[in-house]
Amino acid sequence: MAATSAPLLQLQGISKSFGSVQALTDVDFEVRPGEVMALVGDNGAGKSTLVKCIAGTHAPDDGAIVFEGREVHIHGPKDASKLGIEVVYQDLALCDNLDVVQNMYLGREANRAEILNEPTMEQHTAETLASLRVTTINSVRQTVATLSGGQRQSVAVARAVMWNSKLVILDEPTAALGVAQTEQVLELVRRLGEQGLGVVIISHNLHDVFETATRITVLRLGRNVGLFEREKTTPQEVVEAITAGQPTKVSGITRPAATEPAS
Amino acid sequence: MSTADFAAATKTEPTGIAGLWRKTFDNLKSGNLGVLPIVLGLIFIVVFFSFKATNFFTATNFVNIIIQMAGTAMLAYGVVFVLLLGEIDLSISYVAGIGALTVAELQLPGSGHQISGLLAMLCAVIVCAAIGLGQGSIVAYVGVPSFVVTLAGYLVWQGVILQRLEQPGSIIIQDRWINYTASYFFSHTAGWLIAALVTGLYLLSVVATWVSHARAKIANKNLGLTIAKLLGVAAASFGVVAICNHSYVQGNPLGLPLAGVIVVVFLIVLTFLAKRTTFGRHVYAVGGNAEAARRAGISVPRIRIIVFMISAAMAACGGIILAANVNSVDLNFGGGTLLLNSIAAAVIGGVSLFGGRGEVRGAFLGALVIATVSNGLNTAGYATGTIYIVTGLILLLAVTLDTIARRLQVRSGR
Repeated sequence: MAATSAPLLQLQGISKSFGSVQALTDVDFEVRPGEVMALVGDNGAGKSTLVKCIAGTHAPDDGAIVFEGREVHIHGPKDASKLGIEVVYQDLALCDNLDVVQNMYLGREANRAEILNEPTMEQHTAETLASLRVTTINSVRQTVATLSGGQRQSVAVARAVMWNSKLVILDEPTAALGVAQTEQVLELVRRLGEQGLGVVIISHNLHDVFETATRITVLRLGRNVGLFEREKTTPQEVVEAITAGQPTKVSGITRPAATEPAS
Repeated sequence: MSTADFAAATKTEPTGIAGLWRKTFDNLKSGNLGVLPIVLGLIFIVVFFSFKATNFFTATNFVNIIIQMAGTAMLAYGVVFVLLLGEIDLSISYVAGIGALTVAELQLPGSGHQISGLLAMLCAVIVCAAIGLGQGSIVAYVGVPSFVVTLAGYLVWQGVILQRLEQPGSIIIQDRWINYTASYFFSHTAGWLIAALVTGLYLLSVVATWVSHARAKIANKNLGLTIAKLLGVAAASFGVVAICNHSYVQGNPLGLPLAGVIVVVFLIVLTFLAKRTTFGRHVYAVGGNAEAARRAGISVPRIRIIVFMISAAMAACGGIILAANVNSVDLNFGGGTLLLNSIAAAVIGGVSLFGGRGEVRGAFLGALVIATVSNGLNTAGYATGTIYIVTGLILLLAVTLDTIARRLQVRSGR
């Protein structure tokens, strides 16, 4: 297998329970660089829990996380950031009262002796937005409160990729958007993949998934029920897996039904 | 679209007079009123009282107003930071009392612990900052609402002052350094030099911004507006000194009061802290969306605690000036309208009670409005009751205007 398609992130046999609730059971998951991996499943399928394990919010009870070929232990968002993993949550975590530049640099301000270096931040923000072809924002000095939903999502995504991140996880990035703005954000998601980042997109919307993803991982009741390649599957097949899929993993050996064995 | 094209597209800062009008109009439309309403209000108040009271529009009364606003302004500066977080500090008036009591105690001749007034003032600020550290820690780490913590502080520190002053009733402040904070006047020449210094520093900061923007190839703000602001600062500083240099008390010439200089120095320093430092940025972020700030790796408790320390330290500074103004600390110190006037000053100046919005200069202007109204009504012969009523109505008017403006802003956004 070519070096470029070696997995960027690999989760092996992840299990997680909260008290008596088994949220994840022996889940495998991988993302290659330059690929958009969709993570789909019904409510309560374990998507969010899986992402929180990657982001370091939850520690998995069992299983291993391998990032760039090394096993890693992620104990919090800071650890994840250090590795180059950024999560864009559904509620975006932007400060409405701050402008685009201030939000992009929130918590990592460019400064010298605590004094902000505004020109550098403004310049770099404009460049980052331009490289992602986010052209709908008139001024990087307008407050986020004045932006549309799609623009806000773009800012949140741009912030995630600005820090040399290697893996960006997007939680329901189009959930609150109109048609045109959804298109904008999906375009942005595809572009992240083209730039060589690993992208995970969590979505309820199969249209979005089929528009952007290269592969699709389906979870059901905290277990793997399918791994599909977009070009070799249909929405019907994915819906079937979401609603009635059977666990694809037997006795600890990963052999997802619809794809060739990895490595 | 290439990077260069994009950069060019983001640089459509309007230019020329027409652009300036458009920008001002856009700002007004989107609810960003800035300092315009309060400055207009202030001009109206000054003109009104000039006709109403013969002694109002005089150089000497101008100096009075500066000294009267100084204490409130210092407390209000601290309030700005607390409000920016969306918190409240009700203890400041009596923390100011503790600050005043501390200097009074430490300068007391024959007490066995008399130290220089300068050192005493430093001690007072440290004592009060420690109070802020305590109150802030309870808010930040235990999670008790700041309203409750500082309400408790209000009672506790009032109690401490009453206990200490029960016997003597009051302590006279004789130390000249402490009293200078309210009663020192610069010589006319020194006044002019200070005006030149302020103007020069502002010019320097404008040029520095300009150069760094040009170096980073970022569009500068409207040139006309920048020059107008520069001229405004020059006119204001030289104008203030010119008026102060014409003031007399009982035939003796006064000059620029030290209290006014202290207020302006803190205005500049705290504005810099709020707008140009990482700490200030984080204060706005925590006030805007604490959860977002936390996720961005900002230590929210640390920011909260430092802000409560700033609030208490500023209260100490204000308390010292207020005590110096009457050369004593008595049982009633910190009572009356000091607390509410300080909060009102910040709110009149456009600082939001819900956090994340407002500037230090708002507190300056708000304190100036409150002092001017109170002085004007006094000069015109009205009683205290009227002063409270008018101050209350101005507060209501200012917040109503701001609320309406913000509703328009929400409508124009998203």
